[in-house]
Amino acid sequence: MSMLEIKDLKVNYGGIEALKGISFQVEEEEIVTIIGANGAGKSTTLRAIMEVVKPAGGSISFQGEEITGMNTQRIVEKGIVLVPEGRRVFPNLTVLENLRIGAYLRGDKQGIEKDIQHVYSLFPRLQERHWQHAGTLSGGEQQMLAVGRALMARPKLIMMDEPSLGLAPLVVKDIFAIIRRIHEEGVTVLLIEQNANAALKIAHRGYVMETGRITLTGTGTALLNDESVREAYLGKAH
Amino acid sequence: MKKKTANLISLGLVAGLFLVLFLLEQVMDPASMLFVVLKKGAIYALVAVSMNLLNGFTGLFSLGQAGFMLIGAYAYGILTIPPEARDAVYQYFDGGIIQFALPVPLALIIAGLAAAFFAFLIGLPVLRLKSDYLAIATLGFAEIIRAFFQWDALGPITNGSNLLRRFPTFSSVIFPFFVAGLCIAIIVLLVNSSYGRAFKAIRDDEVAAEAMGINLFKHKQMAFVISSFFAGVSGALLAMYQTTVQASAFKSAMTYEILLIVVIGGIGSISGSCIASFLFIACNEWWLRFLDNELFIGTWQVPLLRTGFRKVVFSIIIMAVVLFYRQGIMGDR
Repeated sequence: MSMLEIKDLKVNYGGIEALKGISFQVEEEEIVTIIGANGAGKSTTLRAIMEVVKPAGGSISFQGEEITGMNTQRIVEKGIVLVPEGRRVFPNLTVLENLRIGAYLRGDKQGIEKDIQHVYSLFPRLQERHWQHAGTLSGGEQQMLAVGRALMARPKLIMMDEPSLGLAPLVVKDIFAIIRRIHEEGVTVLLIEQNANAALKIAHRGYVMETGRITLTGTGTALLNDESVREAYLGKAH
Repeated sequence: MKKKTANLISLGLVAGLFLVLFLLEQVMDPASMLFVVLKKGAIYALVAVSMNLLNGFTGLFSLGQAGFMLIGAYAYGILTIPPEARDAVYQYFDGGIIQFALPVPLALIIAGLAAAFFAFLIGLPVLRLKSDYLAIATLGFAEIIRAFFQWDALGPITNGSNLLRRFPTFSSVIFPFFVAGLCIAIIVLLVNSSYGRAFKAIRDDEVAAEAMGINLFKHKQMAFVISSFFAGVSGALLAMYQTTVQASAFKSAMTYEILLIVVIGGIGSISGSCIASFLFIACNEWWLRFLDNELFIGTWQVPLLRTGFRKVVFSIIIMAVVLFYRQGIMGDR
Protein backbone atom coordinates (compact mmCIF):
# COMPACT_ATOMS: atom_id res chain seq x y z
CA MET A 1 0.00 0.00 0.00
CA SER A 2 1.37 3.34 -1.02
CA MET A 3 1.31 6.25 1.39
CA LEU A 4 -0.30 8.53 -1.16
CA GLU A 5 -2.05 7.12 -4.18
CA ILE A 6 -3.49 9.34 -6.90
CA LYS A 7 -5.68 7.72 -9.54
CA ASP A 8 -6.90 9.45 -12.68
CA LEU A 9 -7.11 12.87 -10.99
CA LYS A 10 -8.84 15.56 -13.02
CA VAL A 11 -9.21 19.26 -12.28
CA ASN A 12 -11.00 21.89 -14.36
CA TYR A 13 -10.62 25.64 -14.08
CA GLY A 14 -13.64 27.07 -15.80
CA GLY A 15 -13.68 25.25 -19.11
CA ILE A 16 -9.98 24.46 -19.10
CA GLU A 17 -8.71 21.05 -18.09
CA ALA A 18 -5.73 21.75 -15.84
CA LEU A 19 -5.26 18.07 -14.99
CA LYS A 20 -6.34 15.54 -17.57
CA GLY A 21 -6.32 12.44 -15.43
CA ILE A 22 -3.00 11.84 -13.70
CA SER A 23 -1.96 8.88 -11.59
CA PHE A 24 1.05 8.53 -9.34
CA GLN A 25 2.12 7.16 -5.97
CA VAL A 26 4.31 8.26 -3.13
CA GLU A 27 5.70 5.49 -0.93
CA GLU A 28 6.42 5.84 2.76
CA GLU A 29 9.73 7.59 3.56
CA GLU A 30 10.41 8.57 -0.03
CA ILE A 31 11.33 11.85 -1.62
CA VAL A 32 9.29 12.10 -4.80
CA THR A 33 9.50 15.01 -7.17
CA ILE A 34 7.25 16.24 -9.93
CA ILE A 35 9.05 18.39 -12.47
CA GLY A 36 7.71 20.27 -15.44
CA ALA A 37 7.39 23.64 -17.06
CA ASN A 38 5.18 26.51 -15.98
CA GLY A 39 1.50 25.72 -16.34
CA ALA A 40 1.98 21.96 -16.53
CA GLY A 41 -0.39 21.50 -13.59
CA LYS A 42 2.09 20.81 -10.81
CA SER A 43 0.72 23.28 -8.28
CA THR A 44 -2.82 22.31 -9.20
CA THR A 45 -1.99 18.72 -8.29
CA LEU A 46 -0.94 19.71 -4.77
CA ARG A 47 -3.90 22.00 -4.32
CA ALA A 48 -6.25 19.24 -5.39
CA ILE A 49 -4.69 16.86 -2.87
CA MET A 50 -5.31 19.45 -0.12
CA GLU A 51 -8.84 19.95 -1.48
CA VAL A 52 -8.16 23.68 -1.79
CA VAL A 53 -9.39 23.18 -5.35
CA LYS A 54 -12.07 20.56 -5.90
CA PRO A 55 -11.16 17.73 -8.25
CA ALA A 56 -13.50 17.06 -11.16
CA GLY A 57 -12.76 13.37 -11.08
CA GLY A 58 -10.44 10.63 -9.89
CA SER A 59 -9.45 9.53 -6.43
CA ILE A 60 -6.85 10.39 -3.82
CA SER A 61 -6.07 8.03 -1.01
CA PHE A 62 -3.71 8.49 1.90
CA GLN A 63 -2.46 5.53 3.93
CA GLY A 64 -5.14 3.39 2.37
CA GLU A 65 -7.96 5.79 3.18
CA GLU A 66 -9.93 7.67 0.57
CA ILE A 67 -9.52 11.40 1.21
CA THR A 68 -11.15 12.81 -1.93
CA GLY A 69 -13.81 15.33 -0.93
CA MET A 70 -12.73 15.61 2.71
CA ASN A 71 -12.29 19.18 3.90
CA THR A 72 -8.82 20.66 4.17
CA GLN A 73 -8.93 20.65 7.94
CA ARG A 74 -9.42 16.87 8.07
CA ILE A 75 -6.63 16.35 5.56
CA VAL A 76 -4.19 18.38 7.65
CA GLU A 77 -5.26 16.33 10.66
CA LYS A 78 -4.55 13.13 8.74
CA GLY A 79 -0.97 14.30 8.35
CA ILE A 80 -0.60 15.98 4.96
CA VAL A 81 0.68 19.52 4.91
CA LEU A 82 1.45 21.93 2.09
CA VAL A 83 4.26 24.46 1.91
CA PRO A 84 2.66 26.74 -0.62
CA GLU A 85 4.32 28.30 -3.61
CA GLY A 86 5.85 31.68 -2.94
CA ARG A 87 6.23 30.77 0.77
CA ARG A 88 3.09 32.66 1.82
CA VAL A 89 4.08 33.25 5.41
CA PHE A 90 1.73 35.57 7.29
CA PRO A 91 3.60 38.88 6.91
CA ASN A 92 2.00 40.77 9.80
CA LEU A 93 2.31 37.96 12.31
CA THR A 94 5.54 37.38 14.18
CA VAL A 95 7.74 34.39 13.40
CA LEU A 96 6.54 32.68 16.57
CA GLU A 97 2.88 33.36 15.74
CA ASN A 98 3.42 31.89 12.29
CA LEU A 99 4.76 28.72 13.87
CA ARG A 100 1.82 28.52 16.26
CA ILE A 101 -0.60 28.85 13.36
CA GLY A 102 1.06 25.78 11.87
CA ALA A 103 -0.02 23.86 14.97
CA TYR A 104 -3.51 25.35 14.91
CA LEU A 105 -5.33 22.03 14.79
CA ARG A 106 -3.33 20.49 17.61
CA GLY A 107 -4.40 20.64 21.22
CA ASP A 108 -1.31 19.29 23.00
CA LYS A 109 0.29 22.40 24.48
CA GLN A 110 3.45 20.67 25.66
CA GLY A 111 3.99 18.95 22.35
CA ILE A 112 3.62 22.28 20.56
CA GLU A 113 6.23 23.95 22.79
CA LYS A 114 8.56 21.02 22.19
CA ASP A 115 8.07 21.23 18.43
CA ILE A 116 8.73 24.98 18.43
CA GLN A 117 12.08 24.24 20.06
CA HIS A 118 12.67 21.53 17.49
CA VAL A 119 11.99 23.93 14.61
CA TYR A 120 14.33 26.43 16.26
CA SER A 121 17.05 23.77 16.39
CA LEU A 122 16.57 23.13 12.67
CA PHE A 123 16.53 26.85 11.86
CA PRO A 124 18.44 28.85 14.48
CA ARG A 125 17.76 31.98 12.45
CA LEU A 126 14.08 31.70 13.27
CA GLN A 127 14.80 31.66 16.98
CA GLU A 128 16.94 34.79 16.67
CA ARG A 129 14.09 36.52 14.92
CA HIS A 130 11.11 34.97 16.66
CA TRP A 131 9.61 38.36 17.59
CA GLN A 132 9.93 39.92 14.14
CA HIS A 133 7.10 40.23 11.70
CA ALA A 134 7.50 37.53 9.09
CA GLY A 135 7.19 40.13 6.34
CA THR A 136 10.52 41.61 7.39
CA LEU A 137 12.45 38.35 6.88
CA SER A 138 14.59 37.68 3.82
CA GLY A 139 13.34 35.30 1.14
CA GLY A 140 15.42 32.43 2.44
CA GLU A 141 14.32 33.02 6.02
CA GLN A 142 10.70 33.15 4.91
CA GLN A 143 11.14 29.79 3.21
CA MET A 144 12.62 28.38 6.41
CA LEU A 145 9.61 29.75 8.26
CA ALA A 146 7.19 28.26 5.73
CA VAL A 147 8.84 24.86 6.20
CA GLY A 148 8.96 25.27 9.97
CA ARG A 149 5.32 26.25 10.04
CA ALA A 150 4.43 23.16 8.05
CA LEU A 151 6.44 20.93 10.41
CA MET A 152 4.45 22.32 13.36
CA ALA A 153 1.48 20.29 12.13
CA ARG A 154 3.59 17.11 12.71
CA PRO A 155 3.00 15.92 9.15
CA LYS A 156 3.60 12.44 7.81
CA LEU A 157 3.75 13.82 4.29
CA ILE A 158 5.05 17.28 3.51
CA MET A 159 4.33 18.69 0.07
CA MET A 160 6.48 21.55 -1.14
CA ASP A 161 5.57 23.79 -4.01
CA GLU A 162 8.64 25.33 -5.66
CA PRO A 163 10.60 25.95 -2.47
CA SER A 164 13.60 27.32 -4.41
CA LEU A 165 11.57 29.85 -6.40
CA GLY A 166 13.13 33.30 -6.38
CA LEU A 167 15.93 32.45 -3.96
CA ALA A 168 19.66 33.06 -4.38
CA PRO A 169 21.66 29.97 -5.47
CA LEU A 170 23.40 29.68 -2.10
CA VAL A 171 20.09 29.79 -0.28
CA VAL A 172 18.66 27.21 -2.68
CA LYS A 173 21.43 24.88 -1.59
CA ASP A 174 20.43 25.38 2.04
CA ILE A 175 16.80 24.70 1.23
CA PHE A 176 17.64 21.37 -0.39
CA ALA A 177 19.81 20.46 2.58
CA ILE A 178 16.81 21.17 4.79
CA ILE A 179 14.58 18.94 2.66
CA ARG A 180 17.07 16.11 3.14
CA ARG A 181 17.15 16.76 6.85
CA ILE A 182 13.38 16.65 7.14
CA HIS A 183 13.35 13.42 5.19
CA GLU A 184 15.93 11.91 7.53
CA GLU A 185 13.57 12.60 10.41
CA GLY A 186 11.07 10.26 8.81
CA VAL A 187 8.80 12.66 6.96
CA THR A 188 7.85 11.72 3.42
CA VAL A 189 8.40 14.50 0.92
CA LEU A 190 6.54 15.32 -2.29
CA LEU A 191 8.48 18.06 -4.01
CA ILE A 192 7.50 20.17 -6.95
CA GLU A 193 10.28 22.01 -8.69
CA GLN A 194 11.28 23.88 -11.78
CA ASN A 195 14.86 23.48 -10.65
CA ALA A 196 14.80 19.95 -12.07
CA ASN A 197 18.48 19.33 -11.63
CA ALA A 198 18.54 19.90 -7.87
CA ALA A 199 15.20 18.18 -7.34
CA LEU A 200 16.13 15.01 -9.24
CA LYS A 201 19.42 14.79 -7.37
CA ILE A 202 17.77 14.39 -3.98
CA ALA A 203 14.64 12.53 -5.11
CA HIS A 204 14.25 8.76 -5.06
CA ARG A 205 11.74 8.90 -7.85
CA GLY A 206 10.45 11.56 -10.19
CA TYR A 207 7.56 12.27 -12.52
CA VAL A 208 7.64 14.60 -15.49
CA MET A 209 4.48 16.59 -16.14
CA GLU A 210 3.44 18.28 -19.35
CA THR A 211 0.20 20.19 -19.87
CA GLY A 212 -1.89 18.29 -17.39
CA ARG A 213 -0.45 14.82 -18.03
CA ILE A 214 2.36 12.73 -16.60
CA THR A 215 4.59 11.86 -19.52
CA LEU A 216 7.55 10.16 -17.93
CA THR A 217 8.51 8.49 -14.69
CA GLY A 218 11.61 6.90 -13.25
CA THR A 219 14.16 7.05 -10.47
CA GLY A 220 15.85 10.36 -9.85
CA THR A 221 19.09 9.28 -11.43
CA ALA A 222 17.38 7.67 -14.41
CA LEU A 223 15.52 10.88 -15.18
CA LEU A 224 18.66 12.94 -14.68
CA ASN A 225 20.31 10.84 -17.39
CA ASP A 226 17.30 10.67 -19.67
CA GLU A 227 18.01 12.33 -22.97
CA SER A 228 14.59 13.97 -23.42
CA VAL A 229 14.51 15.26 -19.83
CA ARG A 230 17.99 16.70 -20.21
CA GLU A 231 16.98 18.42 -23.36
CA ALA A 232 13.71 19.83 -22.09
CA TYR A 233 14.46 20.68 -18.45
CA LEU A 234 18.15 20.58 -17.71
CA GLY A 235 19.67 22.34 -20.71
CA LYS A 236 21.97 20.44 -23.07
CA ALA A 237 25.16 21.55 -21.38
CA HIS A 238 24.62 19.15 -18.43
CA MET B 1 6.75 36.94 36.95
CA LYS B 2 7.20 39.64 34.34
CA LYS B 3 3.71 39.03 33.05
CA LYS B 4 2.33 39.20 36.57
CA THR B 5 3.80 42.64 37.22
CA ALA B 6 2.52 43.86 33.86
CA ASN B 7 -0.95 42.63 34.80
CA LEU B 8 -0.72 44.36 38.17
CA ILE B 9 0.33 47.62 36.54
CA SER B 10 -2.53 47.59 34.05
CA LEU B 11 -4.95 46.69 36.83
CA GLY B 12 -3.65 49.66 38.80
CA LEU B 13 -4.05 51.94 35.78
CA VAL B 14 -7.64 50.85 35.30
CA ALA B 15 -8.42 51.41 38.98
CA GLY B 16 -6.75 54.81 38.76
CA LEU B 17 -8.81 55.73 35.71
CA PHE B 18 -12.06 54.93 37.47
CA LEU B 19 -10.93 56.87 40.54
CA VAL B 20 -10.18 59.93 38.39
CA LEU B 21 -13.57 59.62 36.68
CA PHE B 22 -15.25 59.37 40.07
CA LEU B 23 -13.42 62.44 41.41
CA LEU B 24 -14.14 64.45 38.25
CA GLU B 25 -17.82 63.79 38.70
CA GLN B 26 -17.66 65.03 42.28
CA VAL B 27 -15.97 68.34 41.49
CA MET B 28 -17.15 69.25 37.99
CA ASP B 29 -20.45 70.44 36.62
CA PRO B 30 -22.23 67.29 35.35
CA ALA B 31 -23.45 69.20 32.29
CA SER B 32 -19.85 69.89 31.23
CA MET B 33 -18.91 68.96 27.67
CA LEU B 34 -16.14 66.81 29.11
CA PHE B 35 -18.69 64.26 30.34
CA VAL B 36 -20.47 64.23 27.02
CA VAL B 37 -17.17 63.39 25.36
CA LEU B 38 -16.27 60.76 27.93
CA LYS B 39 -19.63 58.99 27.77
CA LYS B 40 -20.06 59.02 24.02
CA GLY B 41 -16.35 58.40 23.52
CA ALA B 42 -16.48 55.21 25.60
CA ILE B 43 -19.48 53.95 23.62
CA TYR B 44 -17.86 54.73 20.29
CA ALA B 45 -14.60 53.17 21.48
CA LEU B 46 -16.44 49.89 22.00
CA VAL B 47 -18.11 49.90 18.58
CA ALA B 48 -14.86 51.01 16.92
CA VAL B 49 -12.98 48.15 18.54
CA SER B 50 -15.69 45.73 17.46
CA MET B 51 -15.38 47.03 13.89
CA ASN B 52 -11.61 46.75 14.13
CA LEU B 53 -11.99 43.11 15.12
CA LEU B 54 -13.60 42.55 11.72
CA ASN B 55 -11.85 45.03 9.46
CA GLY B 56 -8.48 45.19 11.15
CA PHE B 57 -7.93 41.72 12.54
CA THR B 58 -9.89 39.42 10.27
CA GLY B 59 -9.64 41.48 7.10
CA LEU B 60 -13.39 41.50 6.48
CA PHE B 61 -14.45 44.87 5.16
CA SER B 62 -17.91 45.14 6.65
CA LEU B 63 -20.03 48.28 6.78
CA GLY B 64 -22.97 46.94 8.75
CA GLN B 65 -22.02 48.34 12.14
CA ALA B 66 -24.86 50.89 12.37
CA GLY B 67 -27.37 48.15 11.58
CA PHE B 68 -26.15 45.96 14.43
CA MET B 69 -26.10 48.94 16.80
CA LEU B 70 -29.70 49.60 15.83
CA ILE B 71 -30.70 46.04 16.65
CA GLY B 72 -28.95 46.29 20.01
CA ALA B 73 -30.49 49.67 20.80
CA TYR B 74 -33.99 48.48 19.96
CA ALA B 75 -33.60 45.16 21.77
CA TYR B 76 -32.51 47.04 24.86
CA GLY B 77 -35.26 49.66 24.63
CA ILE B 78 -38.04 47.18 23.92
CA LEU B 79 -37.07 44.90 26.79
CA THR B 80 -36.52 47.49 29.51
CA ILE B 81 -39.34 50.05 29.24
CA PRO B 82 -41.26 49.65 32.50
CA PRO B 83 -44.78 48.22 31.94
CA GLU B 84 -46.39 51.28 33.54
CA ALA B 85 -44.71 53.54 30.96
CA ARG B 86 -45.63 51.42 27.97
CA ASP B 87 -49.08 52.90 27.41
CA ALA B 88 -47.52 56.32 26.97
CA VAL B 89 -44.62 55.14 24.77
CA TYR B 90 -46.67 52.86 22.54
CA GLN B 91 -49.57 55.28 22.39
CA TYR B 92 -50.43 54.41 18.79
CA PHE B 93 -50.16 50.69 19.36
CA ASP B 94 -52.27 50.20 22.51
CA GLY B 95 -49.25 49.87 24.75
CA GLY B 96 -47.52 47.30 22.59
CA ILE B 97 -47.57 43.54 23.10
CA ILE B 98 -44.65 43.24 25.50
CA GLN B 99 -45.70 43.88 29.07
CA PHE B 100 -42.64 43.13 31.14
CA ALA B 101 -39.26 44.75 31.78
CA LEU B 102 -35.94 42.96 32.18
CA PRO B 103 -33.12 44.10 34.46
CA VAL B 104 -30.52 46.27 32.71
CA PRO B 105 -27.51 43.88 32.68
CA LEU B 106 -29.62 41.06 31.25
CA ALA B 107 -31.11 43.39 28.62
CA LEU B 108 -27.62 44.53 27.60
CA ILE B 109 -26.56 40.93 27.02
CA ILE B 110 -29.74 40.16 25.10
CA ALA B 111 -29.14 43.30 22.99
CA GLY B 112 -25.75 41.84 22.04
CA LEU B 113 -27.21 38.39 21.41
CA ALA B 114 -29.95 39.81 19.18
CA ALA B 115 -27.36 41.59 17.03
CA ALA B 116 -25.21 38.45 17.01
CA PHE B 117 -28.17 36.33 15.91
CA PHE B 118 -28.89 38.61 12.94
CA ALA B 119 -25.17 38.57 12.10
CA PHE B 120 -25.22 34.78 12.11
CA LEU B 121 -28.16 34.67 9.70
CA ILE B 122 -26.87 37.21 7.21
CA GLY B 123 -23.32 35.89 7.58
CA LEU B 124 -24.37 32.59 6.04
CA PRO B 125 -24.71 34.05 2.53
CA VAL B 126 -22.77 37.31 2.85
CA LEU B 127 -19.46 36.03 4.21
CA ARG B 128 -18.89 34.01 1.05
CA LEU B 129 -18.38 37.31 -0.75
CA LYS B 130 -15.00 38.95 -1.22
CA SER B 131 -13.94 42.35 0.12
CA ASP B 132 -15.83 45.04 -1.82
CA TYR B 133 -18.91 42.91 -2.32
CA LEU B 134 -19.02 42.12 1.37
CA ALA B 135 -18.93 45.86 2.15
CA ILE B 136 -21.81 46.52 -0.22
CA ALA B 137 -23.89 43.63 1.10
CA THR B 138 -23.43 44.58 4.76
CA LEU B 139 -24.17 48.23 4.00
CA GLY B 140 -27.34 47.14 2.25
CA PHE B 141 -28.27 44.99 5.22
CA ALA B 142 -27.93 47.95 7.59
CA GLU B 143 -30.22 50.05 5.38
CA ILE B 144 -32.82 47.28 5.17
CA ILE B 145 -32.79 46.81 8.93
CA ARG B 146 -33.35 50.53 9.42
CA ALA B 147 -36.41 50.47 7.18
CA PHE B 148 -37.63 47.19 8.66
CA PHE B 149 -37.66 48.51 12.22
CA GLN B 150 -39.80 51.46 11.16
CA TRP B 151 -42.37 49.23 9.52
CA ASP B 152 -45.84 49.90 10.88
CA ALA B 153 -46.82 46.24 11.04
CA LEU B 154 -44.08 45.71 13.65
CA GLY B 155 -45.38 48.67 15.64
CA PRO B 156 -46.63 46.67 18.64
CA ILE B 157 -43.00 45.61 19.18
CA THR B 158 -40.83 48.36 17.71
CA ASN B 159 -43.24 51.30 18.02
CA GLY B 160 -42.98 51.81 14.27
CA SER B 161 -41.32 55.06 13.32
CA ASN B 162 -41.98 56.58 16.74
CA LEU B 163 -39.44 57.05 19.48
CA LEU B 164 -38.73 54.46 22.13
CA ARG B 165 -38.20 56.21 25.44
CA ARG B 166 -38.50 56.03 29.23
CA PHE B 167 -36.23 53.00 29.48
CA PRO B 168 -33.56 52.97 32.21
CA THR B 169 -30.54 55.15 31.40
CA PHE B 170 -27.31 56.11 33.13
CA SER B 171 -26.18 59.43 34.49
CA SER B 172 -22.70 58.60 35.73
CA VAL B 173 -19.81 58.31 33.29
CA ILE B 174 -18.61 55.29 35.27
CA PHE B 175 -21.30 53.03 33.78
CA PRO B 176 -20.42 53.29 30.06
CA PHE B 177 -16.72 53.11 30.95
CA PHE B 178 -17.27 49.96 32.94
CA VAL B 179 -19.37 48.16 30.32
CA ALA B 180 -17.28 49.29 27.34
CA GLY B 181 -14.06 48.54 29.23
CA LEU B 182 -15.22 45.05 30.11
CA CYS B 183 -16.25 44.33 26.50
CA ILE B 184 -13.00 45.71 25.07
CA ALA B 185 -11.03 43.60 27.56
CA ILE B 186 -12.86 40.51 26.30
CA ILE B 187 -12.03 41.46 22.69
CA VAL B 188 -8.36 41.93 23.63
CA LEU B 189 -8.29 38.46 25.19
CA LEU B 190 -9.90 37.04 22.06
CA VAL B 191 -7.45 38.76 19.72
CA ASN B 192 -4.51 37.38 21.68
CA SER B 193 -5.90 33.84 21.81
CA SER B 194 -5.31 31.17 19.18
CA TYR B 195 -8.61 32.21 17.55
CA GLY B 196 -7.27 35.74 17.23
CA ARG B 197 -4.15 34.35 15.62
CA ALA B 198 -6.28 32.46 13.13
CA PHE B 199 -8.23 35.66 12.35
CA LYS B 200 -5.00 37.49 11.63
CA ALA B 201 -3.73 34.63 9.51
CA ILE B 202 -6.91 34.81 7.42
CA ARG B 203 -6.41 38.55 7.05
CA ASP B 204 -2.80 38.11 5.93
CA ASP B 205 -3.27 35.26 3.47
CA GLU B 206 -6.50 33.31 3.04
CA VAL B 207 -5.01 30.59 0.86
CA ALA B 208 -2.14 29.87 3.22
CA ALA B 209 -4.48 29.95 6.21
CA GLU B 210 -6.74 27.41 4.53
CA ALA B 211 -3.79 25.21 3.70
CA MET B 212 -2.86 25.25 7.42
CA GLY B 213 -6.26 23.72 8.10
CA ILE B 214 -8.03 26.87 9.29
CA ASN B 215 -11.68 26.67 8.32
CA LEU B 216 -12.14 30.04 6.60
CA PHE B 217 -15.89 30.27 6.72
CA LYS B 218 -16.19 29.14 10.32
CA HIS B 219 -13.67 31.69 11.55
CA LYS B 220 -15.06 34.54 9.48
CA GLN B 221 -18.52 33.73 10.80
CA MET B 222 -17.16 33.68 14.35
CA ALA B 223 -15.48 37.07 13.97
CA PHE B 224 -18.59 38.51 12.37
CA VAL B 225 -20.93 37.25 15.08
CA ILE B 226 -18.66 38.35 17.95
CA SER B 227 -18.09 41.77 16.41
CA SER B 228 -21.83 42.21 15.96
CA PHE B 229 -22.49 41.14 19.53
CA PHE B 230 -20.38 44.00 20.82
CA ALA B 231 -21.83 46.41 18.26
CA GLY B 232 -25.22 45.45 19.68
CA VAL B 233 -24.08 46.13 23.24
CA SER B 234 -22.70 49.50 22.20
CA GLY B 235 -25.98 50.26 20.44
CA ALA B 236 -27.76 49.59 23.73
CA LEU B 237 -25.34 51.89 25.54
CA LEU B 238 -25.94 54.57 22.92
CA ALA B 239 -29.67 54.23 23.50
CA MET B 240 -29.10 54.72 27.24
CA TYR B 241 -26.90 57.73 26.57
CA GLN B 242 -29.41 59.36 24.22
CA THR B 243 -32.36 58.35 26.45
CA THR B 244 -34.42 57.78 23.29
CA VAL B 245 -34.12 55.46 20.28
CA GLN B 246 -35.31 56.01 16.77
CA ALA B 247 -34.36 53.78 13.87
CA SER B 248 -33.95 56.69 11.47
CA ALA B 249 -30.91 57.89 13.44
CA PHE B 250 -28.82 54.81 12.60
CA LYS B 251 -27.80 55.93 9.15
CA SER B 252 -24.82 54.72 7.19
CA ALA B 253 -23.17 58.02 8.15
CA MET B 254 -22.82 56.48 11.61
CA THR B 255 -20.90 53.53 10.18
CA TYR B 256 -18.63 55.94 8.35
CA GLU B 257 -17.94 57.82 11.57
CA ILE B 258 -16.90 54.55 13.16
CA LEU B 259 -14.80 53.63 10.15
CA LEU B 260 -13.16 57.04 10.39
CA ILE B 261 -12.26 56.34 14.02
CA VAL B 262 -10.84 52.94 13.13
CA VAL B 263 -8.73 54.35 10.28
CA ILE B 264 -7.46 57.34 12.27
CA GLY B 265 -6.63 55.11 15.24
CA GLY B 266 -4.86 52.59 13.06
CA ILE B 267 -6.32 49.51 11.43
CA GLY B 268 -5.60 46.54 13.65
CA SER B 269 -4.82 48.60 16.75
CA ILE B 270 -7.21 48.41 19.69
CA SER B 271 -5.55 51.19 21.69
CA GLY B 272 -5.61 53.34 18.54
CA SER B 273 -9.35 52.82 18.13
CA CYS B 274 -9.96 53.85 21.75
CA ILE B 275 -7.79 56.99 21.55
CA ALA B 276 -9.20 58.00 18.16
CA SER B 277 -12.73 57.52 19.45
CA PHE B 278 -12.32 60.08 22.23
CA LEU B 279 -10.47 62.43 19.88
CA PHE B 280 -13.16 62.16 17.26
CA ILE B 281 -16.02 62.70 19.67
CA ALA B 282 -14.22 65.62 21.31
CA CYS B 283 -13.65 67.28 17.92
CA ASN B 284 -17.10 66.48 16.64
CA GLU B 285 -19.07 67.55 19.70
CA TRP B 286 -16.86 70.16 21.22
CA TRP B 287 -13.58 71.45 19.82
CA LEU B 288 -14.61 71.84 16.19
CA ARG B 289 -18.16 73.00 16.87
CA PHE B 290 -17.10 76.58 16.12
CA LEU B 291 -16.69 75.59 12.47
CA ASP B 292 -20.46 75.27 12.19
CA ASN B 293 -21.19 78.72 13.58
CA GLU B 294 -21.01 81.91 11.59
CA LEU B 295 -18.46 84.23 13.09
CA PHE B 296 -18.22 88.00 12.74
CA ILE B 297 -15.15 90.01 13.55
CA GLY B 298 -16.52 93.51 13.69
CA THR B 299 -18.68 93.56 10.59
CA TRP B 300 -16.45 91.19 8.65
CA GLN B 301 -17.80 87.65 8.39
CA VAL B 302 -15.13 84.96 8.55
CA PRO B 303 -15.49 83.02 5.29
CA LEU B 304 -16.46 79.33 5.08
CA LEU B 305 -17.71 79.04 8.66
CA ARG B 306 -21.30 77.91 8.43
CA THR B 307 -23.45 74.86 9.24
CA GLY B 308 -21.91 71.73 7.76
CA PHE B 309 -18.39 73.08 7.38
CA ARG B 310 -17.28 70.76 10.20
CA LYS B 311 -18.10 67.78 7.98
CA VAL B 312 -15.94 69.25 5.22
CA VAL B 313 -13.04 69.53 7.62
CA PHE B 314 -13.54 65.93 8.71
CA SER B 315 -13.54 64.77 5.12
CA ILE B 316 -10.26 66.56 4.53
CA ILE B 317 -8.77 65.01 7.66
CA ILE B 318 -9.68 61.48 6.59
CA MET B 319 -8.28 62.07 3.11
CA ALA B 320 -5.05 63.36 4.61
CA VAL B 321 -4.83 60.36 6.94
CA VAL B 322 -5.45 57.88 4.15
CA LEU B 323 -2.97 59.55 1.83
CA PHE B 324 -0.09 60.43 4.13
CA TYR B 325 -0.56 58.69 7.42
CA ARG B 326 -1.98 55.34 6.51
CA GLN B 327 -0.97 53.51 9.66
CA GLY B 328 -3.00 55.90 11.85
CA ILE B 329 -2.15 56.91 15.40
CA MET B 330 -1.22 53.50 16.77
CA GLY B 331 -1.20 51.19 13.74
CA ASP B 332 1.95 49.43 12.65
CA ARG B 333 1.07 48.74 9.05
